[in-house]
Amino acid sequence: MSPSYLAQDPTLADFGRDPWWLVLIKIVFAFAFGLLATLLGVWFERRVVGYMQVRPGPNQVGPFGLLQTLADGLKMAFKEDILPKAADKVVYFFAPTISVICAVTALSVVPFGPMVSIFGHHTPLQVTDVPVAVLLLLACSSMGVYGIVLGGWASGSTYPLLGGLRSSAQMISYEVAMGLSIVAVFMTAGTMSTSGIVAAQGDGTQLTIAGQQIPAPGWYAILLLPSFIIFFIATVGETNRAPFDLPEAESELVAGFMTEYSSLKFALFMLSEYVAMVTMSAVTTTLFLGGWRAPWPITIWEGANSGWWPMLWFFGKVIALVFVFVWLRGTLPRLRYDQFMRFGWKVLLPINLVWILVLSGLRSIEDWDTRGKVIAVGIPAGILLIATLFWPSRRPQPTPTTQEQVDSRPYGSFPLPPMDLQVPPSPRITRVVAEREPANIATGSDSREV
Amino acid sequence: MTTDTVLAAAGSVPGGEAVTFWILAPLALIGAIGMVAARNAVHSALWLVLTMLCLGVFYVLQAGPFIGMVQIIVYTGAIMMLFLFVLMLVGRDASDSLIETLRGQRVAAIVLGLGFAGLIGTGLYQAMEKTTAVGLEQANAEGNVQGIARLLFTKYVFAFELTSALLITAAVGAMVLAHVERRKQDKMDQPATMRARFAPGNYPGPKPGPGVFATSSSVATPARLPDGRLTDHSTPAILPQRELTAEETSLKGTDK
Repeated sequence: MSPSYLAQDPTLADFGRDPWWLVLIKIVFAFAFGLLATLLGVWFERRVVGYMQVRPGPNQVGPFGLLQTLADGLKMAFKEDILPKAADKVVYFFAPTISVICAVTALSVVPFGPMVSIFGHHTPLQVTDVPVAVLLLLACSSMGVYGIVLGGWASGSTYPLLGGLRSSAQMISYEVAMGLSIVAVFMTAGTMSTSGIVAAQGDGTQLTIAGQQIPAPGWYAILLLPSFIIFFIATVGETNRAPFDLPEAESELVAGFMTEYSSLKFALFMLSEYVAMVTMSAVTTTLFLGGWRAPWPITIWEGANSGWWPMLWFFGKVIALVFVFVWLRGTLPRLRYDQFMRFGWKVLLPINLVWILVLSGLRSIEDWDTRGKVIAVGIPAGILLIATLFWPSRRPQPTPTTQEQVDSRPYGSFPLPPMDLQVPPSPRITRVVAEREPANIATGSDSREV
Repeated sequence: MTTDTVLAAAGSVPGGEAVTFWILAPLALIGAIGMVAARNAVHSALWLVLTMLCLGVFYVLQAGPFIGMVQIIVYTGAIMMLFLFVLMLVGRDASDSLIETLRGQRVAAIVLGLGFAGLIGTGLYQAMEKTTAVGLEQANAEGNVQGIARLLFTKYVFAFELTSALLITAAVGAMVLAHVERRKQDKMDQPATMRARFAPGNYPGPKPGPGVFATSSSVATPARLPDGRLTDHSTPAILPQRELTAEETSLKGTDK
């Protein structure tokens, strides 16, 4: 690695030095990215789901139907804005905006790329970064739910209220799992700033196994696989996407929290959902998939991680994750509410806790000598193995088959016919067929017709 | 090095910090007043959210980004959300009545509140008198998060663990109080359910759907008006009128 290559990684000291117009450009870019991602994301989702369900999807407005979302958005803007009589007017009005603001704000700490030169200024491709950037993301996602909950409450009707209630319970449950999976990332990266986490995933640590220097993969999706899987599942839960779209389950709650919403307010809710999906994909990319860093085959090219190219890799990863979101929606049925809650609290949370315990244990024995390491890993592993082998089985004895039950009857019991008795066909069936007249006598040359 | 130093250091605030403070401080105060003054419980909670968000930004301004973010995530994001959850279950039209249920309750609350504020204030003043401020640079020398982590897991580890034990005890206690254990023998299997269904005194047929006021599905049964009276208009005129026996007019057990 050359020093110029290393200099591409922005540090916290590189932020807060931009002139005001550069900050404005970056903010407008992040905002436009969110809006464009929604426009294209809705189209992408409808096309991909259409392809999965063997139908074309929107293909009339513009090339490949690309402008369909724009047309839908315009249509929504011109629709009548209905305010229910029982609605709490102020809260009803502000709820969609809260959702959108929180979803877009999260984009401000997502690193889109390394240090680049914009009009002579050497600046990182990221609006801003703080030492607690990932906590800012968590705060945004937890505040975004206020929009849904308040929208459901303020509508003054039953189905939206139920949707809002579900949403708040869902958010609280899944944010715990989400926060715990980020803990593993913090422990490994040693920082909470997004640019720092991307940088930490760049230099794959060298593992020394039997005297051989083996470069370990840098992506936390590989290093911290359980965290990655749980984080992504929790992300789907946080963004209210299928199969966890219980707040707006259309087969149970009409449209959930947005039943009463129409026109632009409904459009804002749609916008916030898709922006949140893209934001969460971007966050997952940043935390676990190496951020803007090129994946392996591209890294053979020397300049893959410098200049403007990394933005391309970043967008590629985000689109891949959005595809997974759509794929999940096209594949999985919606969970029942109690199953969903049980999954969050009784599966994701304990696995996460155990995994963090194991990870911190492994990290604390990192600088021990080999013998100590073997003992520290071997004893718990051995105990675990013995426990699983000798754990008393609670499986009930298999019920005997009918033949076994018949065989075990005492001597002299009432005789039973054998179980595999073939009943011969009734002689009447053949007689009926034989007595039938041929169906058509006039053209009856075909011998197959009986 | 007493409170004077802190005040002197606070005298030179950067422009951005001052602007943010003068925008958010009135908002925080409005939120606090609104929380007390709002009639609707959910509105009260929302005003409190506003105040908490402003406080979070203040912490960040005071070079404590970690505590600021934690304030927003934990208090605004999780605890107020739980409050809202409960308030929404209570019902959206539930609002405080102005009638005092306890005599002199309001005066007592104000006096106690003032007393508590005085207690906190004097306690804080006493603590500040004895503390020597070292400045933000030294406190945040190895980073804000790292500094808090070091203190939390070395000097204050006992208090920290004690607090977590207290919270876990509270959570477990709440669960024990609220949890209703259904014993295995309380669960009725299918034959028992059927026997209970056809037991004398129980009406085995399906119960009328919601909104149906009749006690029978016969067309000869007159419907009930919203105030409970029977109406003749619902029965066809062609049906012969006859006196019903006592057994027929009695409830069929559908109201169970």
